[in-house]
Amino acid sequence: MRGTIGGVLTAAVLVAGALALAGCGGSAKAGGEAGTVPVAFKDHKVVPSEIRVPANQAVVLKVTNADPIAEEFDSPSLGVEKVVAGGGSGLVRLRPLAPGRYAFTGEYHAKTAQGVVVAE
Amino acid sequence: MLATLLIVFREIIEAGLIVGIVLAATRGVAQRGLYVSGGVAAGVVGAGVVAAFAGAISGLFSGSGQEYFNAAILLLAVGMLIWHNVWMASHGRALSRGLKAVGAEVKSGSRSVMALAVVVGVAVLREGSEVVLFLYGIAAQGGSSAAGMLAGGLLGVAVGAALSFGMYRGLLALPAHKLFKVTSGLITVLAAGLAAQAVGFLQQAGWLQGLSRPLWDTSGVLSEGSVAGRLLHTLVGYMDRPNLAEIAAYLLTIATMLGLMRWVNRPKPAALAKTSATPAIPPAHPHPAE
Repeated sequence: MRGTIGGVLTAAVLVAGALALAGCGGSAKAGGEAGTVPVAFKDHKVVPSEIRVPANQAVVLKVTNADPIAEEFDSPSLGVEKVVAGGGSGLVRLRPLAPGRYAFTGEYHAKTAQGVVVAE
Repeated sequence: MLATLLIVFREIIEAGLIVGIVLAATRGVAQRGLYVSGGVAAGVVGAGVVAAFAGAISGLFSGSGQEYFNAAILLLAVGMLIWHNVWMASHGRALSRGLKAVGAEVKSGSRSVMALAVVVGVAVLREGSEVVLFLYGIAAQGGSSAAGMLAGGLLGVAVGAALSFGMYRGLLALPAHKLFKVTSGLITVLAAGLAAQAVGFLQQAGWLQGLSRPLWDTSGVLSEGSVAGRLLHTLVGYMDRPNLAEIAAYLLTIATMLGLMRWVNRPKPAALAKTSATPAIPPAHPHPAE
């Protein structure tokens, strides 16, 4: 019994490790990141509502929540969902984007909190 | 109010379906109600704690604490699901043979139920913390619309719970021997989907970004944000814009799960057969059919 569990856990760890290694080899931090781009939730709106970033580069968004309650930065097209506490901030690391427009919302106030990332 | 209902419903259903599958998978196991409700209760408490410290967690690891946290608890759940399925594969035949043989086996089965209780707790904690933050935000805003929105949120909890319960009852309608196969299949794809989600969070934290370009986009056909898309996302890990790392994690989890389940069930020489509660298998056939 114990042996079985040990085997399973070892295998799981090995798989996770292999996956991490495989991915690191692929990414290898080519070129570095193009700085940090600020964006804020304020009065349940996105400021600025349009964010321009260079295409095909990893970009970091610094998301600040100026409202007193939590908000979720949500974007299916960017593949990002991140809760930002009221009055807090967090970093969203965007993958290198193909040129195009990528909409996002503050999911908790999706009617008003709408923005778009433009990769060019 | 409807928007609130939908947001809460989507979070609740993700945790609820997992609880439903776990309940179905543990049918007949002694004290499983205690373990599963313990998992839910711990998850609810954990959700409150995580919501309260959301800002602090987020700030860890250079602003990516939330991503690492999510990835870690998702991978924990994947490990537990693998363990459960492998355990069931090594004992399941005895379990499904009939209630008489179950006695002692099921007692040790509590270990495997413990693993599933952790899965339940983690699922409730993760989705619950978002619900808590969201509803707390509405309540804190106050005003006349807040009451209606809050009611919508609570309705969302109820609808999500009801649907999960419905799925559980549906699974129970299956005959016992089929139930085992179906739940073990559901747990396999559930684990695969969670592993892919974990990798998604790691990518959001800056890992594996070389493999992060979506390979295809089916959001036009079935959006992951729609109710049907979200259900499939939870149950089988449906992704409308999957990338290579997510797909690799998905397939690797299935391969690991099936490989280990086969491995513990491999035919072994009689001398090495461990003393188990089922000594009834005669060593006469060197190549058993199964």
